[in-house]
Parts: sequence; C-alpha cells; structure tokens
Amino acid sequence: MLVDDFDPLKGKRLEILRKDGSVNKKLEPKIDDDILLKAYRTMVLTRVADEKAVKLQRQGRLGAYPPTKGQEASQIGPALAMGPNDWLVWAFRELGGLIYRGVPLWRLYLYWMGNEEGSSYPEGVHATPSVVPVGSQVPHAVGIAYAAKQRKEDTAVVCFFGDGGTSEGDFHEGLNFAGVMRTPNVFICQNNQWAISVPRERQTASKTIAQKAVAYGFPGIQVDGNDVLALYVATKEALERARKGEGPTLIESYTYRMGDHTTSDDATRYRLEKELLEWADRDPIARFRVYLTNRGLWGEEKEKALLEEVSATVEEEVKKAESFPRPTFEDCFRHTFATMPEDLREQMEALRRELPTGRE
Amino acid sequence: MVMMNMVQSINLALREEMERDTSVVLLGEDVGVDGGVFRVTEGLLDRFGTERVIDTPLAEAGIAGVAIGMAMNGLRPVAEVQFMGFGYLTLNQMICHAARMRNRTRGRLTVPMVLRTPYGAGVKALEHHSESTEALFTQIPGLKVVVPSTPLEAKGLLTSSIRDPDPVIFLEPTRSYRMLKEEVPSGEYTVPLSQARVVQEGIDLTVIGWGAMIPQIQKALDSLAGKFSCEVLDLRTLSPLDSNAIIRSVKKTGRCVVVQEAPKSFGVGAEIAARINEKALLSLEAPVERVAAPDITIPLPKGEDYYYIGPERIKSAIERTMSF
Repeated sequence: MLVDDFDPLKGKRLEILRKDGSVNKKLEPKIDDDILLKAYRTMVLTRVADEKAVKLQRQGRLGAYPPTKGQEASQIGPALAMGPNDWLVWAFRELGGLIYRGVPLWRLYLYWMGNEEGSSYPEGVHATPSVVPVGSQVPHAVGIAYAAKQRKEDTAVVCFFGDGGTSEGDFHEGLNFAGVMRTPNVFICQNNQWAISVPRERQTASKTIAQKAVAYGFPGIQVDGNDVLALYVATKEALERARKGEGPTLIESYTYRMGDHTTSDDATRYRLEKELLEWADRDPIARFRVYLTNRGLWGEEKEKALLEEVSATVEEEVKKAESFPRPTFEDCFRHTFATMPEDLREQMEALRRELPTGRE
Repeated sequence: MVMMNMVQSINLALREEMERDTSVVLLGEDVGVDGGVFRVTEGLLDRFGTERVIDTPLAEAGIAGVAIGMAMNGLRPVAEVQFMGFGYLTLNQMICHAARMRNRTRGRLTVPMVLRTPYGAGVKALEHHSESTEALFTQIPGLKVVVPSTPLEAKGLLTSSIRDPDPVIFLEPTRSYRMLKEEVPSGEYTVPLSQARVVQEGIDLTVIGWGAMIPQIQKALDSLAGKFSCEVLDLRTLSPLDSNAIIRSVKKTGRCVVVQEAPKSFGVGAEIAARINEKALLSLEAPVERVAAPDITIPLPKGEDYYYIGPERIKSAIERTMSF
C-alpha cells in the first residue's frame, strides 16, 4: 500500500509525474485515454475560467474571488478517482474539482457574483456549498459519511481544506471523530504554502501536515500536489480503503497558490518573486501536457483547438451567469425556514412597502 | 397514561421517534452507556445499538458539526450538549451552517437536526452549568428555539422538533427535570411549534414566561390567592415567536409582566415588550414590566439565591403593574 511506502514521518512524498513530464513507470496508474483527456480539458478549462474570474472582478462584474491557479491537479486528481455518488465537501479554492464533478461553471460564477442560486447544484451532484469560515466544513464531511455508512450506501466523502484550516479546532474535531467512528472519509489538505500572508511554517510546527493523521489513528500521505497522477492514485487507494470500512485517510497535497489569496489581497506584500518562479517551473498543466504528448494523445493542433473551445465555453458560462435574474425580494426571505413564519411574512410586506420604488 | 417526570417524558419521546423513524440518531457525550449525565437517554443504547446512539468524543463543536453533516445527508440527528454553558462551542456551527444551509443552497440542502441541552439556574451547580442564554440563539434567523415547561409539554414539543424540517435548539429546564410528575401518554403526541399555550385564562393581567419560570409564576399566583384574574402564557417556542397569542392576550388584559430567567438586557423579554409596543400600545393600562435576572455573571451556589427569580419578585411585579 502506498501509505506504507510513503510514510510522511520518514520524509517520503508520492511523486509520479515529474515536473519535466516524465513518469515513474512503476507507479504510473492505468487510466483510460478518454478520462486522461477529460482531466486535461478540465484542468485547462479551470485555468482559463479562473483567469476570467479575476478579470471579471477587476471589471466590477464579480465580487471578491479566490484564484485557484496552480492548484488544478490538486483538485482534479482526486475528482478523477471519485465514484458517481461520492460527496465533495469543499472550502473555497476548489474550482477545478467542482467543474469535474459536474457543478455547472455558470453556477459557480453566479455564486461569486453574489447570488445564492449559485450554490443550488443540480440534482445528483453531491457537493456542499462553499464554506468561508475556515475549516468548519470538516465535521460536516464526517457527518455526511456517517449517514452514508449507516444507510449502507456505497458512498465516500472527499473533504478539502487548506494548510491554514489545519490550525482550526474544527479540523482537529472532525479528524478525531472520523478516526473514532471509522467513517468513509478522504481528507485532502491543499497545502498551498500560504494562508493569506502566513507561511506554512508559522501554521504548525509539524514537519508535514500528512503526519497529523498518525495521531488520529489513520494513514496520512504527502503527495506532490501539482502531479495529477499522484493525486489520483493516492485518492483512489484512500477511497478503496474507505469503501471497505477501513476508515479515513489524510492526503496532504503539496502545492502552491500562484495567485493572491483573493482578489482583495496583494501577495507581493509578503512573498518573493523567486518563490513564484520556482513554482511556475512545476506547473501542473504543463507537465501533464508533456505526459499526454509522450503518450501520443496530444499535440499542438489539439492544444490550439482546446484553448479555443474552452475560451468559448467560458464566455458562454459567463453570459449564462450574467443573464441569470437577480434574486427577487421574496427569494431573500423564502428560504429562512421551510415554512415562512407569520411574523417574517409581516416584516417582508412592511419592508416591501418601504423600499424606494425600483429597488425591488 | 403513566405519571412521569420530564427526564422520563423526553426519554419516551426519543424512544418513540427512534422506533417510528430509523433516520433518527442520537449523539453526544455520555449519551450511550451512561444514558446521559441526567439519564435522559437511559436505555436507548440497549434498544437501538451503537450505530444510532453514539457516544462521541468530548467536543461540542464537533458534535454540532457532525450532526449538521448527518442532517444534510438524510439522517435526523438529535445531538446532546451536556450543559448550555458548553453549547457556546457550537455557536459557529449552528450560526454559520445549521441556520443558513437552507437559504444558501436555496433549499437544496437542509439541516433537520435538534440540539438538546439542559439550561438554567436554581440547581446549585458548578460554574457554567446554570446558563440561560437563549437570546444568543433567538437572534439567529433560521434557528428555532423551543423550551418545554412540563413533562407532557416536553414530549409533545420534542417530538415536533425532531420532525421539523429546520434546526431546533431544544432547551430543557434543568430545575424542572425531576420537579414535577404528570400523566404523559405513550404513542403519538405532538405539540405544534410556534404556538404559545394559555396555562390559565384571566382578564386583569397577562404573565408571560417559559421553561423553568412557569412553575415560579404559578407559585406567585398561588401566593396572590386569586387577588387578580391573571392570564398565564407559556411561550413554548421562543423563535419564531407566537406574537398573535401575546397580542391577543394583552389586548384583552391591558397589563403584562414578562418573566425571564436570563439577565435583563437585550433578552427575549425586551423583544416581547417591543412587540406589544408595536401592536397593542393603545390597549396598555400600565408599562410592560420585565422580571429578569440582573446583568451580572451568575453567582456560584452561595450567591445564587440573590440571582434566581422566585415567586416573590413575580408577585411584586404583578402588584406594581396592577396598581399603576
């Protein structure tokens, strides 16, 4: 088992696809070509969609947004390994994973544009909404997994959070519950080295985040977070263990946030250009492209066509999001409870009468 | 029907709901083998097994957070927090997630859970075991706050809370757990949420209370020996509040005393006074009076009697309001 071979306490890190695009043949997973191509397309789509979101924010067409550039493999690798009914519980920098799991891009744009409808995902997409209070989604993932297990469903729950999130009490409580209850969970820490301006070393004195799993009584593994194959393999093994009733796994995806924390942040205040260049050299998409090319699945023309298709798709999704009607006045009241209390209805009607004309 | 106290009637409600609906699960510290620190869940582990009666690690935020996840994926968890003073650790989960999951997913994901916790003073308990900070929860849109006052009420209200599609904070008056026995039916018995109960009818003055204050109000009225015709309203659900019942009664009597165990300022009593002000001002013969604890930290047992509201204070408030 990988988790035995890559003990984080011994300084091991799982790497399959090297930064130059060459591959460790011994560990290379067998993945169907169409899945590999879908993964690549989603990574490129995520990159383009992400850059577009930042542009939209600068133009005042979208609110504060957390860029995901550089972390595409970290999100899409796990998504490749997930079964159709598995849940995705995320934080706020998981655009790629959500797209791969079938959340429409326009809904995600809609959310960042400030409309709750953006978090109403289609039937059958098992994903929770974005969670802004850092780390607080971790116990939810455990509860969702417990419910699935209790009903004897063949469902596991993949939960994302960041390196900063591991300092929160909810991380500890969630992982501790999961260990005790042996829930079918896979915890993925996107360690992107920075929690806004605070570097990883100031977040925990642990040498790795993966090793924290040891204390919770389940395996942890550190994975090259820019290596989509390594993420796939580690998540797949963790999900298999979860489904067999062998409990949770913690995966530390060692990656890097190429952009600012959010569009309101300026990362040049706290980190050096040199670091950014080093990580640019380890780009997850570039190396995957080389891999696909070496396998005879990719070439310049395909790349050109994909970029065109993806750019057009992104424009379409932006259009859909921007043409989605703003919430009605009633929408803002309607979902407070299943049935609107009489006093709330009264407040609604009173406010409606007081709103300046045209606000509604 | 069997005579039972509130501990037994809550236990009965839990047992019957768990029998009726396999998605109901219990979780909390010591709820299993030990049957809960107040024995409210006694015998349920034997009856329903460890998958449905879960002794959790000692972590209140984790209990609330895990319950939220369970509720989002089809279970109806009833979580127990041992004392309200430990419930503060659940606030982030209850406010940021339980209360607003329905709204922020536009109804796609909901959190039908109950968070049960004993509340209130008057039992000479340890520090942090005597809180009645219900207003922390009533201020939050999306949360329901329910407080039973008798064994029968507790059965009906808890049953309705478990079946409710929204998150409910269920506050059990510690002082009333074993104070009174009354006949409680087995089998289907529900009390609708957000409907106050007229404990007794009257025409001179309305006394409003809930939970552990209801017996204190009754003692006060006993000591007045029928001097005034008082209407007593037990709110049962603090949020969403049954305004109509309050307004109806105050319009009839023209006088109102609100009895609130919690510190006076910014509490549920103030909200009631404000609603009366908005809707029944012209019916008032006297200012709405609040009988409440002072705005101080609850004293430890040696000083608790200064703090806790007894019948005397309620009686003088009624007399003051009647003679205004």
